[in-house]
Amino acid sequence: METTINTSRRNFLKTSALAGGGLMIGFVIPGASRFAQAAVDFKPNAFLRITADNQVTVICGLSEMGQGVHTAIPMLIAEELEADWSKIKVEQSPADPAFANPFLGFQATGGSSSVRANWEPMRKAGAAAREMLIAAAADTWSANKADCHAEKGMVVHKSGKKLSYGQLAAKAATQPLPANIRLKEPKDFKIVGKGAKRLDTPPKLNGSAVFGMDVRLPGMLTAVVARSPVAGGKVASFNADKAKAMPGVKHVVQIGSGVAVVADGYWNAKKGRDALEIKWDDGAAASLSSEGIRNTFGDLVEKAGTVALTQGDTNTALAGAAKKLEAVYEVPYLAHACMEPMNFTASVKPDSVELWGSTQSPGLLQLVLSQVAGVKPEQVKVTTTLLGGGFGRRFAFDFAIDAVLTSKAVGAPVHVVFPREDDIKGHYYRPASVAKFQAALDAAGNPVATRIHAVGSSIADAGHMPYEANGLKLLKGVDGFAVEGLTEWPYATPNLQVEWTKNEPPIGVWFWRSVGHSQNIFFVEGFVDEMAVAAGKDPYEYRRALLGQNPRYKGVLELAAEKAGWGKPLPAGHARGIAVAQSFGSYTAEVAEVSVGKDGKVKIHRMVCAVDCGLTVNPDIIKRQMESSIVFGLSAALFGEITLKDGKVQQSNFHDYPVLRMNEMPKVEVHIVASTEAPGGVGEPGLPPAAPAVVNAIYAATGKRLRKLPLRMA
Amino acid sequence: MTTVSFSVNGKNVRADVAPDTPLLWVVRDTLGMTGTKFGCGEGVCGACTVHVDGKPVRSCTTPVSAVAGKQITTVEAVGATAAGHAVQAAWLKHDVPQCGYCQSGQIMSATALLAKNKKPSDTEIDAAMSGNICRCGTYNQIRAAIKDAAASMHKEA
Ligand code: FES
Ligand code: FES
Repeated sequence: METTINTSRRNFLKTSALAGGGLMIGFVIPGASRFAQAAVDFKPNAFLRITADNQVTVICGLSEMGQGVHTAIPMLIAEELEADWSKIKVEQSPADPAFANPFLGFQATGGSSSVRANWEPMRKAGAAAREMLIAAAADTWSANKADCHAEKGMVVHKSGKKLSYGQLAAKAATQPLPANIRLKEPKDFKIVGKGAKRLDTPPKLNGSAVFGMDVRLPGMLTAVVARSPVAGGKVASFNADKAKAMPGVKHVVQIGSGVAVVADGYWNAKKGRDALEIKWDDGAAASLSSEGIRNTFGDLVEKAGTVALTQGDTNTALAGAAKKLEAVYEVPYLAHACMEPMNFTASVKPDSVELWGSTQSPGLLQLVLSQVAGVKPEQVKVTTTLLGGGFGRRFAFDFAIDAVLTSKAVGAPVHVVFPREDDIKGHYYRPASVAKFQAALDAAGNPVATRIHAVGSSIADAGHMPYEANGLKLLKGVDGFAVEGLTEWPYATPNLQVEWTKNEPPIGVWFWRSVGHSQNIFFVEGFVDEMAVAAGKDPYEYRRALLGQNPRYKGVLELAAEKAGWGKPLPAGHARGIAVAQSFGSYTAEVAEVSVGKDGKVKIHRMVCAVDCGLTVNPDIIKRQMESSIVFGLSAALFGEITLKDGKVQQSNFHDYPVLRMNEMPKVEVHIVASTEAPGGVGEPGLPPAAPAVVNAIYAATGKRLRKLPLRMA
Repeated sequence: MTTVSFSVNGKNVRADVAPDTPLLWVVRDTLGMTGTKFGCGEGVCGACTVHVDGKPVRSCTTPVSAVAGKQITTVEAVGATAAGHAVQAAWLKHDVPQCGYCQSGQIMSATALLAKNKKPSDTEIDAAMSGNICRCGTYNQIRAAIKDAAASMHKEA
């Protein structure tokens, strides 16, 4: 296989000479930007900078939040560039429409899309640069290009003479763009597919890595904001006297989200905030409770919903079934609890806005904040720092809006910091959901019909969504994020219907690692396990037989079962459970080994994961991302729950919103299926099977079927 | 306001702050050293761990008045100690960090463990490290790196 990309039709590469004599190359994705105001003639998707000192710098438009993108993207470029990996550096790009994510249409990091969307563009950018360096060398030597090749940061002539990329950089910048760019065949990869070390590790070991929380500017003040404890509540009145009398407090200002107390540092701002006297007008949500929401969802799930998918005649098949099975599953609201609490820094001047911080969506931030500040998008400068976790939460803008409004009000650079309590109570939750399953089984126990009806809020329609983005609209009344994982029901079933009912309690919902799959795969894989039990079959064999038409599902299922020793003896009291999923273009199966103590305490001993994410870019990072997602999923399964009473969120910090700790950590093994398919996502797909694998193992250990998270044995 | 004197990474410092100000905010905001992280503010996540006279302490719940005259070590300088150096080297070898935000605290807790226990068992690692949350789930890599660091210290000893 040889991939040739013809570039002559469209001038989609642009080069420019660097001031210091170097080669800078950007690659344009035609139509990458959907924002009219961002119209530029060329939109490089990534930049590569080679300077005379042999430094190869990749400028990455994607946010590094732990997922390893600041290593994966440079690997793609370095591979085709034939660069010396030990000389590669990575730099975060500013917010610029040129760095729009080809999948999303704006500069953002999410949906496990970074490698999927950039797999070809980044390699093309590297390959074009390589060809220009070769041409520059051939020129210098008056040699034939065909007699030269690139290798480890050098162009080598067949006679043995060499020139380094640094030596060639200035001349390469004057070379015409190659008419044809030949991409390497995967079998020739030297960097991609190998476990390159992360480029971002060293500064994360000695305190020098800069996160949003670490932004420090001359004259900067710190703000802590008092926000309504009830969603949608407004400030009725406030008295700032006591707050202003606190040490270090400089200003108390009302902003859109509440009242900001601005001080010379976090501690004084926080104490000032705590001293504020505010009367809130709670509004309509004052009587909201988790119990009320559950009851509403529970009533609705018994009715008919909007049809998201239908094949065959499910209702007739269910009515005439020999054997029927029914179950209702449920999950709560969840907070992200990123390790770095939400925060952002802004400096607002009459005709410009500068922003610094941890964001997954610098491109949208630029647009949204220009509207907030009343300036043009190009007058908003965004510097993305490292992110202390994202998980979807940092796709939002609330913290940046607070920073801009506060800075504007006080006329100084302001760092808005959320105390952990504000973060947990902050209303950007994974939506709660209830789903009812009905299945008709034939005499052999195989499904004849399945009906699924899920009830919950819509992220796409949420009030938090201040923009219309690609694919973020309800299609025929159904939110794709709410039913993803349900409509992909992979088990051979002649009659299938998926319904959804939107019900929106006044609670802010948002993207949370793996989004709809986080609940829907738990529902599906729990229920399929029930079907296997009803059929009197082994849960692994039952799935395997019904996945015959889906080889990639089957592949990961078999690999996980084999590596976990499915069916082999276990210590007394231990049992295994299995679950499989597809999300973000990747396939994952997990086997959990658990035991349940006499006190009902669930102990997870081991998680075995198999993943098919297509061609692997960095197997080490893939394995870590699977493990990371498993831990995130287990934290939610074991402990995660945001509840409301009298309109107020009852949790506040890690003592009442616990997450998995070292002493609870199971052994984790990850096995990668060798594949030549295009790369799939890796930041999220490890999560969905974790909870159902555990729930199914608990059933195997105790005979108790849990249909609700977090897990409670009593 | 009071003046509190102590040493940070071998340098004498004075802070003129309210005496109840947590050490964390004196280090981060008054002294401008941002390696020590804020995670929870109530002593339950470990992100803010520093050493006070060699012992691991949650700086977010330690009033600065409590460290008057004491010696503080933060992640910026912990590499100068034998255990700290071994821990950082093992962390690099295992590529432990993901987002990295918790890792200052993890490194400080692990260093304090290895400074007093040259060969910690799994149970001892659990006891020393379970106060440090990692939302990215790097616990198994942390455990492996601690064991590696312990082994490397034996070799050098
Ligand atoms: S910030 Fe101190 S323990 Fe969490
Ligand atoms: S590395 Fe991200 S929280 Fe630990």
